[in-house]
Amino acid sequence: MKLTKTLLASTALTVAAGAVAAQDMTDSMTLVSWGGAYQRSQDEAYAKPYIAMHPEVSVSWDESSNEAVAKLRAMNEAGNITWDLVDVVAADAMRLCDEGLAMEYDPDELLAPAPDGTSASDDFGDMIVSDCFIPQIVYSTTVGYRTDLVGDTPPTDICAIFDLDAYPGKRSLEKRPINNMEWALYCDGVAKDDIYDVLETPEGQDQALAKLDTIKDSVVWWSAGADTPQLLADGEVIMGSTYNGRLFSVIEEQKQPVAMLWDMQVFDLDGWIIPTGLSDEALARVKDFVYFATDTQRLADQAKYISYGPARVSSAPLVGQHEELGIDMAPHMPTDPENASNTLLYNYEFWADYRDDIDAKFQAWLAQ
Amino acid sequence: MTDATGDGSQSGPMLAADGTPLKKSLARALRMQKMRALMLIAPLLLFVLVTFIAPIADMLFRSVENQIVSDTIPNTTAVLEEWDGEGLPPEAAFEAAYYDIFLAAERKEHTKLGTRLNYELTGASSLFRKSGRGLDDIGEVYQDQFKDLDRDWDEAEPWAELMGDPAWLSAQAAWTKGERQPAFALRDGVSDILPKTAREYAVFARYQQTEENKSPLKEEPWTAVHTALYEDLKAGDLSGYTGPRAEMLKAADALVDSPDFETITFQAGFEDIDEDWLAPDIWRTIKLYSSSYTSGYFLNSVDMQLTPDGPEARPENERIYMLLFQRTLFMSLVITFSCILLGYPVAYILSNLPSRTANLLMILVLLPFWTSLLVRTSAWKVMLQQQGVINDVLVWLGLVADDARLAMINNQFGTIVAMTHILLPFMILPMFSVMSTIPHSYVRAAKSLGATNWTTFWRVYFPQSVPGIGAGSILVFILSIGYYITPEIVGGTTGTFISNRIAYHISSSLNWGLAAALGAILLAVVLLLYWAYDKIVGIDNVKLG
Repeated sequence: MKLTKTLLASTALTVAAGAVAAQDMTDSMTLVSWGGAYQRSQDEAYAKPYIAMHPEVSVSWDESSNEAVAKLRAMNEAGNITWDLVDVVAADAMRLCDEGLAMEYDPDELLAPAPDGTSASDDFGDMIVSDCFIPQIVYSTTVGYRTDLVGDTPPTDICAIFDLDAYPGKRSLEKRPINNMEWALYCDGVAKDDIYDVLETPEGQDQALAKLDTIKDSVVWWSAGADTPQLLADGEVIMGSTYNGRLFSVIEEQKQPVAMLWDMQVFDLDGWIIPTGLSDEALARVKDFVYFATDTQRLADQAKYISYGPARVSSAPLVGQHEELGIDMAPHMPTDPENASNTLLYNYEFWADYRDDIDAKFQAWLAQ
Repeated sequence: MTDATGDGSQSGPMLAADGTPLKKSLARALRMQKMRALMLIAPLLLFVLVTFIAPIADMLFRSVENQIVSDTIPNTTAVLEEWDGEGLPPEAAFEAAYYDIFLAAERKEHTKLGTRLNYELTGASSLFRKSGRGLDDIGEVYQDQFKDLDRDWDEAEPWAELMGDPAWLSAQAAWTKGERQPAFALRDGVSDILPKTAREYAVFARYQQTEENKSPLKEEPWTAVHTALYEDLKAGDLSGYTGPRAEMLKAADALVDSPDFETITFQAGFEDIDEDWLAPDIWRTIKLYSSSYTSGYFLNSVDMQLTPDGPEARPENERIYMLLFQRTLFMSLVITFSCILLGYPVAYILSNLPSRTANLLMILVLLPFWTSLLVRTSAWKVMLQQQGVINDVLVWLGLVADDARLAMINNQFGTIVAMTHILLPFMILPMFSVMSTIPHSYVRAAKSLGATNWTTFWRVYFPQSVPGIGAGSILVFILSIGYYITPEIVGGTTGTFISNRIAYHISSSLNWGLAAALGAILLAVVLLLYWAYDKIVGIDNVKLG
């Protein structure tokens, strides 16, 4: 009886409220992210200020971004989407979009314009690499090395990875073809602009694998972002690739004898997607949150907690100091002109097509 | 109680007290018991069926399922069935593909198909993504010309009047949002004079009604409908047409017949989108994978591939799964034997100690069980790595040079060590419980009859402990064959298992069909080994306690 009454009452309320407010919003949101320092930066820069403005809202985090694509697909098949907003890398956003698991959106409608009035689509520009992708940050995959283990001439360019004579010792690389194949070709003399044209051909793929083969015995392959920082700290490897934010943390926060190379850093993007199939109320809340969480100030605020570059052009001048260390964050951004003199942009289209094919060859090569 | 009246004078079947034959009565009582037993286990049975058997069956089914191709582009696959696979397919295939992909793009399903085909043909993913965007270019050629002739060709209502049944038109006009839409019906006879247009308009109208919940009276038709109209006007003669919008239609017919009318073949349209459409590869792949069920995933998982000429081995540099299957089996065997070697003495000591001490030691055996798997695996990393504890000790002792530290992790050795440690309790426990039931008197009897220690052990004790070894081995072997986390962390490149690839295909490449096929093979191998074990050793010889 009581339940029926409550239901009736709440229905009546909903109807009454519906007449006043155009749209009702749910009071709870499940945000999906990567855990660790990155998720904390999002919580501090986006979620906490939002909750301060809307005390009725509760936010819960799910650290599942790593397998977000598979989980979203499973949820979709089960017809029960329990996530409201999911943080994924751009390549995954593209795949989710292809699979119809992420919602397409109109940037100028969903996202706030810049303070000077520039529309969101112009402010984000090319960062919107997929119709479903709401960019947040630019991060890069780059190389860190042990300053005490590389001798008197520290490496200055990416090809130090392949130079066993000058820098003998183990190096760690990610256990996937992406980035490694590009670096291999680049250091094998392929011009930067031709890398993907060469990599399209079986000969080019063989060439890259042959170059990697020269250091195969000296490589420790990593699959989690935390591996290389740990291996560097332990002295297990003398250099290794990882995300620039991880290296920042090893160098500035943990004060390890590590330095980083910005040469040929591979830019990649990370951002939100809204899953398809949300209820109207949940969608209204998520849209409200996204509008707030991706505005110019919020994206700049995130850089206080982690050294990833905001995806908006208008946010760059607002990047301030690290919340705890009090150091200027701008020079630690991968997008800082000092750091970005020689960079590579992750080629989403290419890897969407060639990922399966090249990965098969890469894994077969690894297993030999 | 069935009180059989057993006086021998009675002939015929024995009767129960109530007069029914005893056999029947017994059977009924037994059936009741069975039913009751079944009722008792029903919740568990249902639970297992729903949460365990059904998902596994569903997952395994994906290893052959391939409806996505024929569901998404049904007309194309039908046309390609006639095609011999030589050179380019006929224009009819391009036409069918145009209409199929156009609808799929509206439904946002073309990219799914692209992802599916990309597993077989590199480049299909972006080809379909591009085509979804690009197909409008073909239709716009016609749409623009019709629109320039008469603005009504780009309006919703004139089209609806031309194509729709009058009764439907009035019902649809009265429809308001929130109600059920009256199902679209074609006007009588329109299919005869404009067959393709009628078909495409019906597809459009039904899509708007069912999937967008919009009224076809308010939505301008897709450019595919204009393309179909051109095709019909080119092919047919409309001079005798007297239905609604006759003027408009006849003017369009005249326009199409004029030499200035710009046209584009479907093939040329596809070529404009991407030249890959003019390579036979994509068409062959579609044809090859157009059936609802495919052996392709299973072939892929044994390093083969489906080709028009039947299954073929993959190029050398792409073969990996057979190697991984062999490695998984080999390493699981090694791990099982290491567990037997290490576990047997421990179980022996445990079972021969007084129970107080045995219990204490038992806790030590079980202790690792209560520690997180990840922690134990990572601990091995700390121990075995080159700057790790063991290497440090060896260097300190002078047994190993500082610059030649042993590589004990990120290879097979690391996986074997870590997994042996992790799975050891699964070996010790069944061994212990079997050994503790072996009476000491047998050993004493053997010794008192003059057997040496070794003979006593080997001829008397060991045979009785074999069921424990069997049970432990099956447990450890089957667990290790599907192990995933430990090989991933400490296995490097040479110490990873097939399960790591399965996990990759489930969570990263999203090729669930291939993952399911690999999983099915793994399951079959385990069942086969289990069967072989039963034949050779006998499953009755296995005891868990």
